[in-house]
Amino acid sequence: MSFLSVRDLVVHFPTVDGVVKATEGLSYELERGKTLGIVGESGSGKSVSSSAILGLHRGTNAQVSGEIFLDGVDLLKINDESIRRKRGREVSMIFQDPLSAMHPYYTVGNQIMEAYRIHHDVSKKQARARTIEMLDRVGIPQPDRRVDDYPHQFSGGMRQRAMIAMALINDPGLLIADEPTTALDVTVQAQILDLLQDLQREFNSAIIIITHDLGVVAEMADDVLVMYAGRAVEYGPTKEILVHPEMPYTWGLLSSVPDVVGDTDAKLIPIRGNPPSLLSPPPGCAFHPRCDHRDKVPGDLCRTTVPELTPARAGGNHTKRCHLANPDEVYATEVLPEIAPELFEEQA
Amino acid sequence: MSEMDPAAGTPVAEPEQAEHHHGASLRDPDAAPVLSVENLRMYFPVRTSGIIRRTVGHVQAVDGVSFQVPSGGSLGLVGESGCGKSTTGRLITRLLRPTGGRIDFDGRDIAQLSQRELLPLRREIQMIFQDPATSLNPRHTVGAIVGAPLQIHKVLPKDKIIPRVQELLEIVGLNPEHYNRYPHEFSGGQRQRIGIARALTLQPKLLVADEPVSALDVSIQAQVINLLQDVQREFGIGFLFIAHDLAVVRHFCPEVAVMYLGKIVEIADRETLYNRPHHPYTQALLSAVPDVKQAAIGGRRERIRLEGDVPSPILPPSGCRFRTRCSLAREICAKVEPPLLQIGPRHKVACHFAGELGQAPQEPVTMGVCGVDANGAPVPGATPDIQLNDPGFSERWMDLRTGQTTGA
Repeated sequence: MSFLSVRDLVVHFPTVDGVVKATEGLSYELERGKTLGIVGESGSGKSVSSSAILGLHRGTNAQVSGEIFLDGVDLLKINDESIRRKRGREVSMIFQDPLSAMHPYYTVGNQIMEAYRIHHDVSKKQARARTIEMLDRVGIPQPDRRVDDYPHQFSGGMRQRAMIAMALINDPGLLIADEPTTALDVTVQAQILDLLQDLQREFNSAIIIITHDLGVVAEMADDVLVMYAGRAVEYGPTKEILVHPEMPYTWGLLSSVPDVVGDTDAKLIPIRGNPPSLLSPPPGCAFHPRCDHRDKVPGDLCRTTVPELTPARAGGNHTKRCHLANPDEVYATEVLPEIAPELFEEQA
Repeated sequence: MSEMDPAAGTPVAEPEQAEHHHGASLRDPDAAPVLSVENLRMYFPVRTSGIIRRTVGHVQAVDGVSFQVPSGGSLGLVGESGCGKSTTGRLITRLLRPTGGRIDFDGRDIAQLSQRELLPLRREIQMIFQDPATSLNPRHTVGAIVGAPLQIHKVLPKDKIIPRVQELLEIVGLNPEHYNRYPHEFSGGQRQRIGIARALTLQPKLLVADEPVSALDVSIQAQVINLLQDVQREFGIGFLFIAHDLAVVRHFCPEVAVMYLGKIVEIADRETLYNRPHHPYTQALLSAVPDVKQAAIGGRRERIRLEGDVPSPILPPSGCRFRTRCSLAREICAKVEPPLLQIGPRHKVACHFAGELGQAPQEPVTMGVCGVDANGAPVPGATPDIQLNDPGFSERWMDLRTGQTTGA
């Protein structure tokens, strides 16, 4: 079994208006030293499914089912005390906005130390030394002085570094980074992504990086999971998915972001309409109301039947959720020429 | 997003529209400038707390910025947070009164006009804000929001306002029947369309768009960018497009200016700026952008690591403001501020060692124009020959390879 193995995870939130189906039957695997990128828009269930790993839905009215095996232990079956011992020690999380994820009244050092002392029986002095060492490791200048600063005295990039120090101080096997660079400028983002990769090599940890930015995924992730309306719609090795995507939603993501290199004739093709409501997702394939290729599927399969996650035509470990019979050909002949004319000519 | 918010209900269905498949915007070489900004400065005083609020310094948010926006064209303004790009936008819409400099709009300097004198100009310059959730009044209907400018400026009689609002909603791709709904009933992308409709109401000549798509989901961003392109083409509006996303700016703007700590460090046409940037900061910025297509066809570009953070704009570094993080920095960079030197038909750069990536010159290229030697010491008798604040481009420029002035 893999280091992390999520099987058929379901997260539902009952509300007065009905059940919000935030995650439906999500399965994936992740080994130590590898990175999984989870991509999707707001409300696609990417954050909700990942916070289930940390047991953050316990004590709420959320209904969570399925299996989450970390190192052979099902995190959904163990009691609250056991998950609390694992949280921060075996699994930790980096949040999008480090300013709101840190307590403004405590020094940065205090908060990092706390994470260490909860899991280790050490003196304050030892914990402080370890904190300074960790701050140094994540590239904070003069860590012995900055350890006594408050979060507001740090710049955005430094706060995110401090968050990473806090998350990694117990050397966890699994790190979940929820949009870790979305609030940062590009040059700082590049620093943080480099840092995460260096630390991953050093600690051999598994990383889940949650993002809406396919560029970040392309640089960081070994595998990609594309989510739409609570479901995985495409899953496989990053390169496979970026070069041979077989799900129209993934095509939409690729064609709706402009690029800094390549042909300026490349077209920007938006995905029409809006993401669906998770209270009443469309019947059949949740993406069909926004899909440009639904007419290629005979009958009204797209409107009535949820497609299964099936192996992609390109093969490998790549799976997709789409009724199209020949998605690879549609992509090569209809989508690629529009969004990347220069790539198309190269391949032709 | 409202999609998750039960109170918001289901977002209003969008009418099916014709497919938008837009390439990048192109530059019209004959367009006259609608906006010309010269040596624009904005210093915010930093005061002590307490009763006697002594001024102890100034945040030099914008310090000597010059550029032009062509009529019906767009200029992109990019840079990282705190570089002064949003302040520049607010100065041009005159939400702020600049400390110094000129803002020539339609042939008239509006930099120091009073609020009363500005009133007629507010029709001509409009703004689109980043966050549509906070820039629309939640207690007003869409009709009231989009129609407000018409009432304030008394452009139309009351009974003509609603039809005009409906027309505008249709232009931005919203259902005109929805004029009596409230902002919370719309999704994020639709709210941004409302913000755009409001900006279009008075048929402005210039739109300042401050991060118009960065709060939106990726699939919605492209819809809004395409809408802005449509609107620009149809009404011939000049755009000052402020964003931190270099890829979005590349798509929308034929000309782009890069700002760092309150100054423009490089300004050029799109092809030059993205393919042959000459300023080390532009090069670092571009190399930091993660790129999907590059990764898809194999390998990633080498990143230029910028160490540290942006210095404080209260006490910026002497000479070149980028020198504290620059790998090329030498003695001259601390002594002499590099002028924004024109080095091509539509290319200006402010760097003593300007050159393509990996081909920085050995000697400062600015010695002649600044009247200094290679270490930045003044050469006796030399007369600096700098026209720092020309907002446009000249017919003649300095050829970096020969060091001579050439022309078209």
